[in-house]
Amino acid sequence: MGVEPKTPQVPAMEQDVLMSQVNDDNMNERGFVVANIDKVVNFARTSSLWPMTFGLACCAVEMIHAYMPRYDLDRFGVVPRPSPRQSDVIIVAGTLTNKMAPAFRKVYDQMSEPRWVISMGSCANGGGYYHYSYAVVRGCDRVVPVDVYVPGCPPTAEALVYGVLQLQKKIKRTGTLFR
Amino acid sequence: MDTALNELKEIVIDALGSSVLDSQLANDELSIVINRDDVPRVLKYLRDDVNCQFKLLLDICGVDYPEREERFDVVYNLLSLVHNRRIRVKTRTAGDPVPSATEIFSTAGWFERECWDMYGVPFLGNPDLRRILTDYGFEGHPLRKDFPLSGFVEIRYDDEKKRVVYEPTKLTQDFRSFDFLSPWDGQEPLLPGDEKAEGEGA
Repeated sequence: MGVEPKTPQVPAMEQDVLMSQVNDDNMNERGFVVANIDKVVNFARTSSLWPMTFGLACCAVEMIHAYMPRYDLDRFGVVPRPSPRQSDVIIVAGTLTNKMAPAFRKVYDQMSEPRWVISMGSCANGGGYYHYSYAVVRGCDRVVPVDVYVPGCPPTAEALVYGVLQLQKKIKRTGTLFR
Repeated sequence: MDTALNELKEIVIDALGSSVLDSQLANDELSIVINRDDVPRVLKYLRDDVNCQFKLLLDICGVDYPEREERFDVVYNLLSLVHNRRIRVKTRTAGDPVPSATEIFSTAGWFERECWDMYGVPFLGNPDLRRILTDYGFEGHPLRKDFPLSGFVEIRYDDEKKRVVYEPTKLTQDFRSFDFLSPWDGQEPLLPGDEKAEGEGA
């Protein structure tokens, strides 16, 4: 009854013929190569958005909920990383204090490009409840550039998942291989 | 009134004599006010005496009364697991050093650091009296009543210097105190049906 091992059908020959027709003169007309690479790259980037674990306060609990089986950010390829070197996005989940700000900036600087920031909750968005405090940064966008703001105090896990999806949309819209 | 607490109060006052300046027994809570220099002696007595056995120092906190000459209270909250009893020990200072309790309760170290950080009350004999909560290089003691709510400096990332910089606080919108009638403190919280419980029929 055995199954015949299939030889993989590599369209290499056809591709070679196609590519050999591309030269400097007609490159602009056949620009589809670049566009497709962008899409592939964006697909790879959006479907493996590894966030830096950066829970600062109660929002971190909602962030944890989003990672847990009910919402399961894993299925979007969002896997929390313990190291900034391995992460693409940093989710600022909670109150950013003055004392934490230099450390936060350092972690952000250690992330490799391309990198994104999700600001989660009122405190990270603009100081929130602690806006007038002597110890709190009035919005984490004073320290790093923010891509997506998730409102709420704290935002639900659903809201954070929606924020991640919005970031994916943004990357698909604006992301390019070369910048 | 709690007779056991009353007894304890008598015992403590008898044993400590002139160290105790004042004592209150209210809401089933005993608190004594003591002489500042006698803090270690009193705490040692409360920890070791067989009638007290307050082996746990739960907290040391400060209180600021700006209108008073000796403006700060330092409050020691003690718990006796043996007798299931609590006592509150207070002392006053105008900013003069309070003798440290680290020799008697090792946990006092961080509590005293916090009290120093927040109120600027120095503790004599604490081996490591640094700030504990506020930012490195922070100036002032934020829980003092004369400390402005929004502080003196705020933080921003400077793109040219490539680091986080401190600047004088500039609020784009001033702090507002909302004094309109809130449903919580502006009116009697009378729910439908409450008048039956609180009227003459109750």
